[in-house]
Amino acid sequence: MKKELLSPTNFNVLASKLSDVLVKVLDSPLGYAINWGRIWSLWPVHLETACCSVEFGAASGPRYDVERFGIIEAFGSLRQCDLIVVQGTVTRKMAPRLRMVYDQMPEPKYVIAMGACAITGGLYIDSYNVLPGVDGIVPVDVYVPGCPPRPETLIQGCMLLQEKIKRSKIR
Amino acid sequence: MTSIEEKFEESKRLGLQIVKESEEDRLMTLSVGPQHPGSGHFRFVIKVDGDYIVYCDPDPGYVHRGEEKMCEYRNVIQNIPHLERPVIHDSANITYSYSLAVEELVGIEVPRRGQFIRAIASELNRQVYTLYWLAIYGIFLGHSTMFMWPTGDREVIIDLLEALTGARVTHAYNIPGGVRNDMPEGFRDRCLSQIRYLQKRFKEYEDIFYNNPLFRQRTEGVAVLSKEDAIKLGVTGSVVRASSVPFDVRKAEPYDIYNEIDFKVQYMKTGDCFARSYVPLLDMQESCYIIEQLLDKMPASGEVRAKLQPNPKGPPGESYRRVESGRGALGYYIVSDGTPKPYRVKISVGSFRNMLALPYLLVGQRLADMPAVYWSLNYWPVEADR
Amino acid sequence: MSANNKEELNKLAAGSQTKHSSSTSDDTAQQQQPAPPPPSTQPKQIPAKPSPPSATAAASAATTTTPPKPSLASSPAKTQPEPPPFEKGLVEQLKNKFGDIVKVVFIKPLRIKIQVEPQDIVGVASFLRDSMGFDHAESVAGTDYPKDNQIEVVYHLGSYSREELAAHILWLTARTNKDDARLPTLINIYKSVEYHERECYEMLGVYFEGHPRNERFLLPEDWADIPPLRKDFRIKGR
Repeated sequence: MKKELLSPTNFNVLASKLSDVLVKVLDSPLGYAINWGRIWSLWPVHLETACCSVEFGAASGPRYDVERFGIIEAFGSLRQCDLIVVQGTVTRKMAPRLRMVYDQMPEPKYVIAMGACAITGGLYIDSYNVLPGVDGIVPVDVYVPGCPPRPETLIQGCMLLQEKIKRSKIR
Repeated sequence: MTSIEEKFEESKRLGLQIVKESEEDRLMTLSVGPQHPGSGHFRFVIKVDGDYIVYCDPDPGYVHRGEEKMCEYRNVIQNIPHLERPVIHDSANITYSYSLAVEELVGIEVPRRGQFIRAIASELNRQVYTLYWLAIYGIFLGHSTMFMWPTGDREVIIDLLEALTGARVTHAYNIPGGVRNDMPEGFRDRCLSQIRYLQKRFKEYEDIFYNNPLFRQRTEGVAVLSKEDAIKLGVTGSVVRASSVPFDVRKAEPYDIYNEIDFKVQYMKTGDCFARSYVPLLDMQESCYIIEQLLDKMPASGEVRAKLQPNPKGPPGESYRRVESGRGALGYYIVSDGTPKPYRVKISVGSFRNMLALPYLLVGQRLADMPAVYWSLNYWPVEADR
Repeated sequence: MSANNKEELNKLAAGSQTKHSSSTSDDTAQQQQPAPPPPSTQPKQIPAKPSPPSATAAASAATTTTPPKPSLASSPAKTQPEPPPFEKGLVEQLKNKFGDIVKVVFIKPLRIKIQVEPQDIVGVASFLRDSMGFDHAESVAGTDYPKDNQIEVVYHLGSYSREELAAHILWLTARTNKDDARLPTLINIYKSVEYHERECYEMLGVYFEGHPRNERFLLPEDWADIPPLRKDFRIKGR
């Protein structure tokens, strides 16, 4: 009996059961700590899709200073990033690149659709080269309306995203 | 582990061909953008030999939204909001030339006070644009202070424009027939004090950025565009003015009240990256003097906007009008067939013309100089793609 | 790579020039081709005299001003427009050189529009650059006219080197048949038209003979529709 229990396969099963129990016991404090870490270090990808990037730049500037809310200035390497702010219109030529960038980012990753064009197509809804919203390409967490949104609106959107991360369960 | 020589021997014995390194193999193709801190909404394919660029092929169109086609489905007033989107931080200028072209077609005369306010809005917007351009130039060269300072100073002019027009960046203020509404109370004094502040700041910019030895080393003598080449390539704005061609649409073809304003066309003779990045600052300083003159000469009261019909239309005709925007000459070619909707609208933008200089300037430069050369061309990809 | 391109360019340049010189000798043969419809059916091709008869120019012509730097304050003059002397001089210079090849569509203050046949455009453009000082192109715009079954391509030519021409824009236009839209390229005369012509090719489907790269520029790589700025391309739902 004892020998059977300690055979390699059974031992593995036992260990995994034990770890499940451990995770269940430690879930809420550990999850809180991990989410806390994610909230205050959101790194956006430096991918500008259209003109809303001007207001994104203004939000990183000294007056609005999005960094004090834990959103760090747009950064070059997407391997270190966990947030895409889709800054405006996504054209048919840009759409595959946007998906490519999203696929290359490590988990977990979040998407903010900034501006009317990124939400529904906005002013350019009847253009031949513009997608009606980015929902079809990447899963969107927070929509920030406006054309272009004021930096305050963008900051509020970022805080909503942080709220969402705080409540989400880690896997 | 066999050595390389042994491998070669073995491949010889097996009768395999050893491929010698050819000229093409030595070159490496790099695709820069659209996800790249030094590129934005734009991609260019370059080939490098070592770290020298030997070939460059721009690939724009990531923000091509079909503005010109959309214009054919809306009437001239409905067209304004989407036409200013290509350069939302220079929106007064891009609607300015549109208004001029439409006024020529419809046959409206703008009231004198309206012309002055229109020019003030366009000059303030030129500063907003150029400060943003300067901020991004700071990022490109890794100079974080130069990102923070102009972005902060930009906000004071945005506040001014917000008081004038009611919106932060997309004003839709310069419209056919004049401007949308009159100046607010006390705008003149506020504007003058902000201009004084900016003039003080420009000196500090020179100290921290333009006189910075690192910046000088990265830009002086890099990617020289000679006068002949600049004319041949048809570049415009600060790029052509850096190559000792004193061309400014405000001087060459004065629109509205610019022939009553006394100002100099700032230009430089070296044609390198430093000249191309310094001319916009000179332009901003000149623009401050222009705003002071405009505020002084403006009539105290009067109409600011000519009354338009509900669906403004003129007889069939064509017009091509241009203004000097932040990036150079910005022209609208409008064909009208007598209906309220334009038959064809072509936007001739400075960015699209300056893009042609990019392959010529990059070839022969080092890879590390690429951001400095690229952004010195005063290029805004969204506008070029339209 | 770039060296190869340049060689090709030179070859193409030589080819196009020889073609042009031969075309002048074979003028009659080319005119017999059925491609351009008779000019009487086209509303904008008729005027050969300096005073424009169409309502086009009459509406927007401004009052006469002094030539070097006239203000463009547009006051629509309903009376017979008098072409300004400087612009008239420019047109006469062209007329003396080319005669009936160059058709003057209108003369407005600071704006001249001339129209030439596609086979003459290279010759006229090189004269404009070498002898008259129009040294760069500001834009190339194509317009679709489905009624005439034609596409009009407009080159907006400006000048940096001659100071008195700085305010002037000369519109050099040529019309081509829509079914087989072809025009000789001006890239060997005006380097600045390179991207503009490429854009015109993809937006209106005008093939520029001799242009090194008639290919996709702004539209997505998988674009499989007719060129979008043609009038028979309709936006969905409009």
